Amino acid sequence: MASLKKPNLDSFQQRIYVATLFVSFCFLILLSRLVWLQLVSHNKYSTLAESNRIAIVPAPANRGLLLDRNGIVIGRNYSALTLEINASETRDNIDDVIDGLAKIVLITPRDRKNFKRSLEDARNMGTIPLRSMLTDAETARFMANRYQFPGVEIRARSFREYPYNELGSHLIGYIGRVSQRDKERMQTEIEAARPDIDPFALQAAFLSGIQYVGKIGIEQSYEPVLRGMPGFDQVEITAGGKPVRTLASFPSTPGKNIVLSIDIKLQYLVEELYGNYRGAFVAIDPATGDILAFVSKPNFNPNDFVEGIDSVTWKELNESKQKPLYNRPLKGIYPPGSTYKPFMALAALETNKRKPTDAISDPGFFNFGNHTFRDDKKGGHGTVDMQKSIVESCDTYYYTLARDMGVNMIHDFMKPLGLGQITGIDLAGESRGILPSTEWKKANFKKPEQQKWFEGETISLGIGQGYNTFTILQLAHALANITNSGVVMKPHIVKAIEDPFTRQRELTTPKESYRLQFKPENIEVIKKAMIEVNRAGTSAAVFKGATYQSGGKTGTAQVFSLNSQEYNHAATSEYLRDHALFIAFAPAEKPTIVIAMVVENAGFGAQHAAPIARKALDFYLEGKWPKGVPEWKRAP
Amino acid sequence: MEKGTLKKWFGQFFFGFDRQLGLIFLALAAIGFITFLSAGQNTAVRIEDEIRNFVLAFILMWLVSRIPPKWLEVAAVWVYSVGLALLIAVALFGLIKKGARRWLNLGFVIQPSEIMKIAMPLMLAWYFQKREGVLKAWDYAVAGLLLALPVFLIARQPDLGTALLVFAAGLYVIILAGLPWRWIIPIVVLGIIGIALLIIFGSTICVPEMSWPLVKEYQKNRVCTLLDPSSDPLGKGFHTIQAIIAIGSGGLFGKGWNMGTQAHLEFIPEKHTDFVFAVYSEEFGLIGNIVLLGLFFALIKRGLIISASAPTLFTRLLGASITLIFFTYAFVNIGMVSGLLPVVGVPLPFISYGGTALVTLGFGAGILMSIHRHRRLVQT
Repeated sequence: MASLKKPNLDSFQQRIYVATLFVSFCFLILLSRLVWLQLVSHNKYSTLAESNRIAIVPAPANRGLLLDRNGIVIGRNYSALTLEINASETRDNIDDVIDGLAKIVLITPRDRKNFKRSLEDARNMGTIPLRSMLTDAETARFMANRYQFPGVEIRARSFREYPYNELGSHLIGYIGRVSQRDKERMQTEIEAARPDIDPFALQAAFLSGIQYVGKIGIEQSYEPVLRGMPGFDQVEITAGGKPVRTLASFPSTPGKNIVLSIDIKLQYLVEELYGNYRGAFVAIDPATGDILAFVSKPNFNPNDFVEGIDSVTWKELNESKQKPLYNRPLKGIYPPGSTYKPFMALAALETNKRKPTDAISDPGFFNFGNHTFRDDKKGGHGTVDMQKSIVESCDTYYYTLARDMGVNMIHDFMKPLGLGQITGIDLAGESRGILPSTEWKKANFKKPEQQKWFEGETISLGIGQGYNTFTILQLAHALANITNSGVVMKPHIVKAIEDPFTRQRELTTPKESYRLQFKPENIEVIKKAMIEVNRAGTSAAVFKGATYQSGGKTGTAQVFSLNSQEYNHAATSEYLRDHALFIAFAPAEKPTIVIAMVVENAGFGAQHAAPIARKALDFYLEGKWPKGVPEWKRAP
Repeated sequence: MEKGTLKKWFGQFFFGFDRQLGLIFLALAAIGFITFLSAGQNTAVRIEDEIRNFVLAFILMWLVSRIPPKWLEVAAVWVYSVGLALLIAVALFGLIKKGARRWLNLGFVIQPSEIMKIAMPLMLAWYFQKREGVLKAWDYAVAGLLLALPVFLIARQPDLGTALLVFAAGLYVIILAGLPWRWIIPIVVLGIIGIALLIIFGSTICVPEMSWPLVKEYQKNRVCTLLDPSSDPLGKGFHTIQAIIAIGSGGLFGKGWNMGTQAHLEFIPEKHTDFVFAVYSEEFGLIGNIVLLGLFFALIKRGLIISASAPTLFTRLLGASITLIFFTYAFVNIGMVSGLLPVVGVPLPFISYGGTALVTLGFGAGILMSIHRHRRLVQT
């Protein structure tokens, strides 16, 4: 070095000296960079390295089973082999890998699309299923060629299955692939339930641990109970995602089984009896509020939705004029038609507007202002008292009654019965319907001239037409409240929650909401009249020969108002035909089942709705299976 | 064999070896070997390969150190010409691997750009030796042309790392040969301004829609990821981020040999080759790094001293250029692994696994030894 420091350096040695300075300068830069990383920022990078090597491997919880009231399994899980790819371990381009796999196992374009979407969600980390439910032959073929596909493996995964397919699809609902919004909602939910778990770990376990979520029906409304609590393992991994060893383990808690109040055999029978008709049918045990059957026709196969529905089926279901995806008993609102008359009659008694013996003379029409309201029967029913008004379904009686009560008095009586109100059933998406009042009109119409209630509008309310629209669930619920002597039981589809290991059941019912102070003798008048309907009235022919006593009321609701023309069933386009309605209870002495139902665009209630109710009651009360309906078979 | 004869034979064998340089090489090789035992796990490479490479490099060094510099002077033009011819051949009918045309099949596959790493300083040192005393301004233009041609050919293969090293090797010779300061300083100033602008406007020009003139997409990506590695943490920035985490988590004393989680859980890419410094840093910490930087600095200082006292212009230029190439390797590699420089394929001398690099290094070290060994022979 001494030679470099001599004065009078020649050009070369001067430049070597500069080079040494340059090298020293560069090394100082490196050194300060290393000091910065290894001393100043050491803690930060230490943490990063630590979190780098730990992966959260989700341990999904088993979803609870769905059982009917007699323990028949209607929603279950099964284990199946899936073909899964860890994108970070594959050798080739992911599309080439899938192309290669497609040569030995069937891979549909939909499988491919779903996989790509999940892959994007997972940001290329972890194992993502490509094809589920591999056959034995496919599994064998893959295992033989496995060496060609590093990063591809076969795993057993749990799948949801609804063994009776379409049966009860609207009430059972289905699960589907979880969405980002579902995840965010569930995270808040679980954070509250398990404060002992670090939110970050929870999120990590969560994002990959939950793949399915209940989308509609019971699967949706009891999601947290059915899902259980997913667990996870903290695993030391390589950058490629290969596990090295488990550091900590948080076991999952399986979801609880759910016991429905539904009698699935009754449900099956009613669905079969509807055949190709559209409609809704609700059966309730009035003493408890147990929903025994909850039929919406037509229905759909929930199994199609679990792995994401294919676009053809979806289009078919969604665009069908039959609206198979529409939950009719829960959401469909119908004018109650003549089935409203028993409720009106009770209102008259309770508000002292009529005595049972008060009679009118019916000329077959009723004039109000300059409008004529006609009765179904030409020439009228003659002298009509309350019982006859129900048995013969006399309209004129109820035109005058409605006029005498006024819209608000009707509203105030019907509201606590639950008509035009949310019943609070344990299914999401319930419709409220309309129970009109002057208040309601003011709130729901825009123009001031429309907001005024016209007395003429009150008249047709008496026979269940006009603004009145209720759900079939509300009709069944309201009738159950009357037959239960005014004790209002909240309707529910779930009866109990069962521990999957101990099989111990925890009843979730009954829940008495409130009591209506009806006079027992008034209730008796109504019940007696309805019994008479099935014995000698509009539905007498249908209930001929029944070994139990029952009460009923038929109804026919206009889908579209006829202007003084006669209604001609055959000539009216199918979707504009009248709805056939029927309400019933049995046995008369102490009702254990209440029914409300509609058969859409079928015509008269007595002709099309009541026969279905009769067969349902025969089965529920006496175990009689009607001829011509295929026997119930337990799913394998 | 008697003890005395053994000593005599041993002395003859190592006669002319610069003891300091030899010890530094041995120390670096030892560090390289120890690191390899940790970093080389779970790779396709076997320990035998690593030992074979070291043995080969030392034999080559010994052989080259026996060659008088005069011979190298004679061979310079030939080596350069053959190298250039091979590069042209590569451009015409080279083999393509991983999207780059770098290799030539002559019955056995060679990478001619490696030859240029030695051929370039040889050639330019020869040229300036030839023009010693009658040097004119246009001589720099000729030297520039001799430099630019192979660099251009290598860069368009594309092989940015090697092109950079060959360019540096030639540039060192030209500067040391006396390129006027008034030419150097403006270029350095321009370069500093350019880098500053790149850092300031990095976020604007790194948008995917913008393509840079003369630069390939992947090269642009490398620069952009350097400016902001977090812009693509699982893609192009992954290597840099994971290497920095490895270095930073090593701390002052390191996690201990064979204990690096980043390395052993495969978070470090190319962990036994280009990114081996991350493994070393994670396991041996800042202390280890100071030792390593110290060794490299000592190597460069010794190399420069040997060059400064070399007898001819050819040997002075050649020796200094080779020494500075050692420096460039180390600086660029450590800079890139620690996130200061863009990712280019430059190995860390003696530490990174790789046969070709070790052969080139052995050759370079041999030339330095030769210059040292033959200093008196020529002077007297």
